[in-house]
Amino acid sequence: MTKSPSHSSFPATSNKIDRRSFVAEIMKHRGDALAVTGLGSPTWDLFAAGDQPENVYSWGGMGLCVPTALGLALAQPKRRILAMTGDGEMMMGIGSLGVVADQAPANLAILVLDNEHFSETGRQRGLTAGRADLCAIARGFGIRETMLVTEHGKARELADFLFRAQGPVFAVAKIAITEDPWRLPEKDGAVIGQRVRSALGLTA
Amino acid sequence: MKARDIRTVCTVPDGGLTQLLQMVASDATMRLVTLSTEEEGMGVVTGQWLGGKRAMVAMQSSGVGNCINALGFPAAYRAPCLMLVTMRGQWGEFNPWQNAMGGAVRPTLEAVGVRCFPVDRAEEVGETFAAAADMAFNGKLSAAVLVSQRIIGAKGFGQK
Repeated sequence: MTKSPSHSSFPATSNKIDRRSFVAEIMKHRGDALAVTGLGSPTWDLFAAGDQPENVYSWGGMGLCVPTALGLALAQPKRRILAMTGDGEMMMGIGSLGVVADQAPANLAILVLDNEHFSETGRQRGLTAGRADLCAIARGFGIRETMLVTEHGKARELADFLFRAQGPVFAVAKIAITEDPWRLPEKDGAVIGQRVRSALGLTA
Repeated sequence: MKARDIRTVCTVPDGGLTQLLQMVASDATMRLVTLSTEEEGMGVVTGQWLGGKRAMVAMQSSGVGNCINALGFPAAYRAPCLMLVTMRGQWGEFNPWQNAMGGAVRPTLEAVGVRCFPVDRAEEVGETFAAAADMAFNGKLSAAVLVSQRIIGAKGFGQK
């Protein structure tokens, strides 16, 4: 009989990266990239890093961050698209990495902010806390370029990877569990959507 | 599809969609996006709309069950979401595992705000699709064309 994973050490992670300052550092190098965030903390992180029309926030639809960024990347091949989401959201939509590999948009980058826990719902242990290796999973689906970051000092290198390397690329940043002030952006999806469409010069 | 400027079709395939999907795959002006699960299509069509393009999702009725929570996503952005659903578990079904979802397609879709356009005569599929597409893209809403198993034919697996 195999031993079930320990849930007693809750919350426990040796991750060191401070998510808010790390995301802010990466976003300094985004240029004209569009950023699509998964629900919860990645949305708050992006808003805290600076609000702009090129930010596609979401407040729901767990598992849809990567598919949405893929749809946008295929629609706007000349723009860089970053999907930035959490480990739980990524696991729910994990099959979408296979869809990304199959379509292979050169302008799409994916960043998973991985604290190995479900932050929004009470910091319950997540599936990446144990043996799951998201970069290996991404490579297994056929996304050739992956990057694992465990140090804040790698932010610039990660930004270059996400915004300049030939896509599709996939990265994981092992972030600490932190208590951050609430930074909540626009909630109305129609407003968020029209903002980004206007920024792209689209009408109606 | 082309008449409505739909250039991307996302799908988990179904037997009843075979010819259509082959036409999309072999057309250089169209893109076929094969999904791992149908709800990914709600994300892709939303992203396409945010980027100024029209897309749709084609699936078997069993896939509708996978989409229910995800259908709140395009609705929140007021992004159009057009679905083409080929029905199973509805008319002379051979496989009883299809029946629960087959009977739940329309009530569950309508419960999450999707306009349903059932069609059970082959000659009405084209006009029904056009009507649903116009509702979806002009009204920025979710619409589903439900193609009856009566049109496609009940699958018998060589038995009856």
